[in-house]
Amino acid sequence: MQITADYRSGRLVIRLAGELDHHSARAALEEVERLLDDYLPRDAVLDLAGLTFMDSAGIALILRTERHMRRTGGRACVSNPAKQPLRVLDAAGIDRMIPVRGGLRP
Amino acid sequence: MKADNYIKIEFPSRSVNEGFARAAAAAFAAQLDPTMDELGDIKTAVSEAVTNCIVHAYPDSIGRVTLRLRIIDGGTLEISVKDAGRGIADVAKAREPLFTTGGEERSGMGFTIMESFTDSLRVRSAPGRGTTVTMRRAIARRE
Repeated sequence: MQITADYRSGRLVIRLAGELDHHSARAALEEVERLLDDYLPRDAVLDLAGLTFMDSAGIALILRTERHMRRTGGRACVSNPAKQPLRVLDAAGIDRMIPVRGGLRP
Repeated sequence: MKADNYIKIEFPSRSVNEGFARAAAAAFAAQLDPTMDELGDIKTAVSEAVTNCIVHAYPDSIGRVTLRLRIIDGGTLEISVKDAGRGIADVAKAREPLFTTGGEERSGMGFTIMESFTDSLRVRSAPGRGTTVTMRRAIARRE
């Protein structure tokens, strides 16, 4: 899985691409935490547009990002999930805990 | 119940095999002509079940995971994931949303997701002897 980031005026967009499962989760978690620590953003956006597969490991990553941002006085949101990741987000009821924007909701 | 077709795959509980297991399940399910959504659901359910073996059944060792897939009644996929690991002391508790013993890398949503993405889920487990998770998912016939 690949992670890239763009930072502009307090807003950090973290783009996740590839497959996010338990196997890839540890490296992904470390990279996301490193980006949050380096940039100290006010808003963190987890952009899932490039994610072709995600299971509950993705839920753990999203919830951890949300907790990190809340602890540092910022906000987090999820954007652009494709259909399969969106179905996992919905099954977990994630939008009760973090805003989900721009998904391909059927 | 007579199976129309079946496969059985055994592999060690290494996390790199999570991707292999779900890809193998999707390849076997393809003969039922599933939609992309149905394939995504099958891959997700298999990924969760296999991850449970790797994280919970064999926490400190590498053990054997058996993935069985069969087609029954012409259009239902049965997925069975079996390990010979630690077992689950309280299955009802393990199935509760957000319950996990897996630390902060895990969400506790594995069983919830397996339940939402399949039509039925059965868990048989004995502490010290292993766990078998069996799921069924009907694949809609396309005209």
